[in-house]
Amino acid sequence: MNQAPLVALVGNPNAGKSALFNALTGARQKVGNYPGVTVERKSGRFSLDDGRPVELVDLPGTYSLDPASPDEAVTRDVVTGHQTGERPPAAIVVVVDAGNLDNHLRFALQLIGLGLPTVVALNMIDMAERDGLTVDAEALARELGVPVVPTVAVRRRGIEDLRVALGGIIGATPPAPRGDTPPADLVALQRRARAIAAVTTTKPEVHRSLEEKIDRVLLHPVAGLAILLALLFVMFQAVFAWSEAPIGWIEDGFGALQVAVADTLAPGILRSLIVDGLIAGVGSVVVFLPQILILFLFILLLEASGYMVRAAFLMDKLMAGVGLSGRAFIPLLSSFACAIPGIMATRTIDDPKDRLTTILIAPLMTCSARLPVYAVIIGAFIPARDVGYGIGLQGLVLFGLYLTGIVGAMLAAFLLRRTVTRGAAGTFMMELPRYQWPDPRDILIGLVQRAWLFLRRAGTLILTASMLLWLLLTFPQAPEGQSQVEYSAAGRVASVIEPVVRPIGFNHEIALAIIPAMAAREVAVAALGTVYSIESDDEAVLEQSVTERLSGRWPLPTALAFLMWFVFAPQCLSTIAVIRRETNSWRWPLFALGYLFVLAYVAAGITYWSAMALGWA
Amino acid sequence: MRLDELPLRRRAMISAIDWDGIGPAEAKRLREFGFDEGVAVENLHTGPIGGDPIACRVGRMTIALRRRVALAISVVEATA
Repeated sequence: MNQAPLVALVGNPNAGKSALFNALTGARQKVGNYPGVTVERKSGRFSLDDGRPVELVDLPGTYSLDPASPDEAVTRDVVTGHQTGERPPAAIVVVVDAGNLDNHLRFALQLIGLGLPTVVALNMIDMAERDGLTVDAEALARELGVPVVPTVAVRRRGIEDLRVALGGIIGATPPAPRGDTPPADLVALQRRARAIAAVTTTKPEVHRSLEEKIDRVLLHPVAGLAILLALLFVMFQAVFAWSEAPIGWIEDGFGALQVAVADTLAPGILRSLIVDGLIAGVGSVVVFLPQILILFLFILLLEASGYMVRAAFLMDKLMAGVGLSGRAFIPLLSSFACAIPGIMATRTIDDPKDRLTTILIAPLMTCSARLPVYAVIIGAFIPARDVGYGIGLQGLVLFGLYLTGIVGAMLAAFLLRRTVTRGAAGTFMMELPRYQWPDPRDILIGLVQRAWLFLRRAGTLILTASMLLWLLLTFPQAPEGQSQVEYSAAGRVASVIEPVVRPIGFNHEIALAIIPAMAAREVAVAALGTVYSIESDDEAVLEQSVTERLSGRWPLPTALAFLMWFVFAPQCLSTIAVIRRETNSWRWPLFALGYLFVLAYVAAGITYWSAMALGWA
Repeated sequence: MRLDELPLRRRAMISAIDWDGIGPAEAKRLREFGFDEGVAVENLHTGPIGGDPIACRVGRMTIALRRRVALAISVVEATA
């Protein structure tokens, strides 16, 4: 049982709360969930100056104790001691931006009014000084009646002082509440905050801030959009270009492992299970770790630098055209890495209809799990031909698939907003945070967390799916002279599905591969690999990649229809589970499942029939 | 004049906000961002399409909002 005192870290968005959390706890962090709600609970441990251990919990950033979203409700419930599954905090650390006391003190006053032992971290004091502001921390402490510690979380300055200040208030009798309890109403609180800020801050003449100068370029109607497009282009280019070498190492590693195991074990069921089922299945997925990490690196950098909100600003009007807001841009961009963090990121969207629409279209963004499928099929069926101007046909097809997903998502949003998620138009209102250099350590912590989540998924869900598939493909054992794949349990199930997918050009192997791919899209590649490896008992096949095994086995229209299927099909149980959790009902995940399968079937069908009509077979 | 009519980079003061003219959620966010009568405001940037949304400075924060919300905010230009 965890008996260390709980300290809650609270503050406005953009106060540098997460950086302070990282600075206090280092890498000793635990990410979980609050029971019953979908809000992430991030906690970590550290020791006070006197050696006492405490548990620090990072609460969602919010502007007041009057919640507008589930995230903000958790913040209120934890600090007031009403959150189920959480003990009441022994103390709170309120993080405020020293350069924005006008606004941040309002929430700080509200929190101090709760009467818990409180320390105020006067954060980003360096940025305030850069702007020529002088903040008198002692005067602020007198006005607020609680200790105030100047900090620069990203540079790890003031962290020791914060530990000392916390040590002084935890366990000590809290001072009697001051006579002047803060007013409850927002406007009165705001005026009091402004008055305190005025007496504790010396302001220079207002001058054009650095942010404003940068934004005149980055938010420029033409240059700003061009820079955003260029950034996105570089990002997707990097995902492919930078990952080539590490992917090669991982492939070589798994290949060597397969050969080594095949050499040590006698041919038979066990060898087949380990080589064809386990190593091939997990290996074909782990290969995508480099690409996922590169994509997340960009997203984390864009978030931490403050650029992401600018991108939302630039995209807002466009998104409004299909009934969404610029806020949806951030979750949708994250969905290119994986729809799961993307869907979770929709929690910041206040408007429930906007949020629901964004959740429903997020699976249409081409996530990194589709990459293996696209890469293998394109490699096997699309000739590596130059179409002029140095543009390769394979790359062009891949770009087309990404684009199809985006256009499909926009059309879907347009239609959904006029039917199932009809309602008053939402709004777009966001704070443009200050620009700052991301701290490499914060980025690294974020990347390690992502890598761990992905590998855990590969080690559990995908491993299980691969083994199960191998079992279904290997039993019952076919008698001499009959095809093992056709005779197996999986083959028989596929035969049932085949008539349904036959009209859109799918063959028996595809029918077989799309069933286990329900667990995760990448499994389709592993499944095709396993099918063709079990089918031919040739030793040489082991050395071949799935691309080589597939090459030339399907007519082109079938391959294209298969790609189109994966643009739309909701082939990912984890995504469906997350939609269920985030919408708190079965209605929307089932709806998403239905509409996406129909879209996938129709789109694959149209592709197949058009390609046939064009005589591409 | 209204906030959406205020030319870029001209300092002004909020003279009135029509709290009933906007939704309750929008009103709450505006208050949380520090919009209030008597507060200094200045438009800094506009979005690429149709000049929407607007980015304005309120206090020491820069806030992006849509023109539809800016309609509800009346301002008077500061005399230079």
